[in-house]
Amino acid sequence: MAYGEKVLDHYENPRNVGKMDADDASVGTGMVGAPACGDVMRLQIKIDDNGVIEDAKFKTYGCGSAIASSSLLTEWVKGKTLDEASQIKNSEIAEELALPPVKIHCSVLAEDAIKAAIDDLKSKSDNAVAS
Amino acid sequence: MKSNMQLPIYLDYSATTPVDPRVAEKMSACLTNEGNFGNAASRSHSFGWQAEEAIETGRAQVAELINADPREIVWTSGATESDNLGIKGAARFYQKNGKHIITSSIEHKAVLDTCRQLERDGYEITYLPPDENGITQPEAVEAAMREDTVLVSIMHANNEIGVVNDVAAIGEITRARKVIFHVDGAQSVGKIPVDVVAMKIDLLSMCAHKMYGPKGIGALYVCRKPRVRIEAQIHGGGHERGMRSGTLPTHQIVGFGEAARVAQEGMAEENARLITLRQRLWDGVSDMEEVYLNGHPEQRLPGALNVSFNFVEGESLIMALKDLAISSGSACTSASLEPSYVLRALGRSDELAHSSLRFSVGRFTTEEDVDHAISQVRAAVEKLRDLSPLWDMYKDGIDLNSVQWAAH
Ligand SMILES: Cc1ncc(COP(=O)(O)O)c(C=O)c1O
Repeated sequence: MAYGEKVLDHYENPRNVGKMDADDASVGTGMVGAPACGDVMRLQIKIDDNGVIEDAKFKTYGCGSAIASSSLLTEWVKGKTLDEASQIKNSEIAEELALPPVKIHCSVLAEDAIKAAIDDLKSKSDNAVAS
Repeated sequence: MKSNMQLPIYLDYSATTPVDPRVAEKMSACLTNEGNFGNAASRSHSFGWQAEEAIETGRAQVAELINADPREIVWTSGATESDNLGIKGAARFYQKNGKHIITSSIEHKAVLDTCRQLERDGYEITYLPPDENGITQPEAVEAAMREDTVLVSIMHANNEIGVVNDVAAIGEITRARKVIFHVDGAQSVGKIPVDVVAMKIDLLSMCAHKMYGPKGIGALYVCRKPRVRIEAQIHGGGHERGMRSGTLPTHQIVGFGEAARVAQEGMAEENARLITLRQRLWDGVSDMEEVYLNGHPEQRLPGALNVSFNFVEGESLIMALKDLAISSGSACTSASLEPSYVLRALGRSDELAHSSLRFSVGRFTTEEDVDHAISQVRAAVEKLRDLSPLWDMYKDGIDLNSVQWAAH
């Protein structure tokens, strides 16, 4: 299968690869997918005091489109508030990367990943308030 | 030293092979007005007689390769058609004796889908699981035999992992019970010795394009002693003793015949060379962490190697290996995201099944090609492991099986 230019670019030069301390209260971690399905994404975001995402990191096990979807997402979420980041739709990712129909699930996974990371952050701050 | 290496490097000889130049030359002599272009069924002039002669030479060459009589060779369009003709043809001819068929769960789709069709027609199929090395044990075949078993279909060599079954042992079991034994020899004929008499094979599927012959030509061996009968699946002018109608493609048959001759002539020498190359490839990658060989270590085709690189997804790996033409065991390009059914049948975990690459070296592979492949694979696996959350978890000592994964 031939890959689109943007998928290739993200695959060859993935942005923001890495890992942050998942126990840090300002870090939200979203891990989605399953090895059995051939893709697992871990997306982490770090917010500043104003609730704006100041950093994002990812690691992905999966095909080139899955890697590109998560790499692109880390670029997009930086500088956004959690609310803004939660508005990102899989269709926008798929469109930007020109994913073929069989690869749409990769963009869905990326959307799931940012939602999971935001939920993780929210549950951390809820717990902090409660205790 | 000047390098002769051509990129990309072809390491997918299990999918198909280039046509050997000796074969191509013989084929080209059967096409044009100056060549041997006649219809072998034309009995009234020399064009027909010459074509027939060339076809009979090809038939004798293919027969000799498998120790058969030329009258036992039926030309087809390839192994898919041979599998269909052999399995459906025998099942239908012998249905009065029973409707139970034994095969294995890691056959090529040409066999599995043919069996599925027979199931829809009221046959009952037993799909034997292989052992963890990918071998279908003769004892398992024996144990699955029933009163109404009419046919056993087991492949000689597996297309994905390259393991070689002990067909002679299975042939003993089937012949003793007068059950028809069909063997899919698409991957083995022309690569390793096949002797239909010694192996007690009744029906053998073959194709030319995996042994340096052309695509679009195959054959089914149909045993005469004991006499095995099949029902034709393609009807028409009654060619091939009524078993497969259609004008015979002289150039294809001549190519198959020459490929068979060349294969037989150089087999021992070529295999010694291929085993060395395969071992070099394995030695070059197997010292990395979490690398697994799929299939039996010795009982395999000389040129075939299937390796899982744990925590790295196969399709992304192939994407990184731009200089290599190889295939992945995972069928991630299909919408189903199913990992290889062959590797799953071996009991490999889903991660390992998703992480596999099939390498196959052949006649034109050089040591230099293999060395380049090794360095590419090592670099790609390292790069992708740096990107892999599973590798992180493994390094942190987390058991992936203990994680609750969200299915999607
Ligand atoms: C084991 C096996 N059986 C059958 C086939 C089908 O052969 P063909 O492509 O000649 O129809 C193949 C080749 O892909 C094969 O490897």
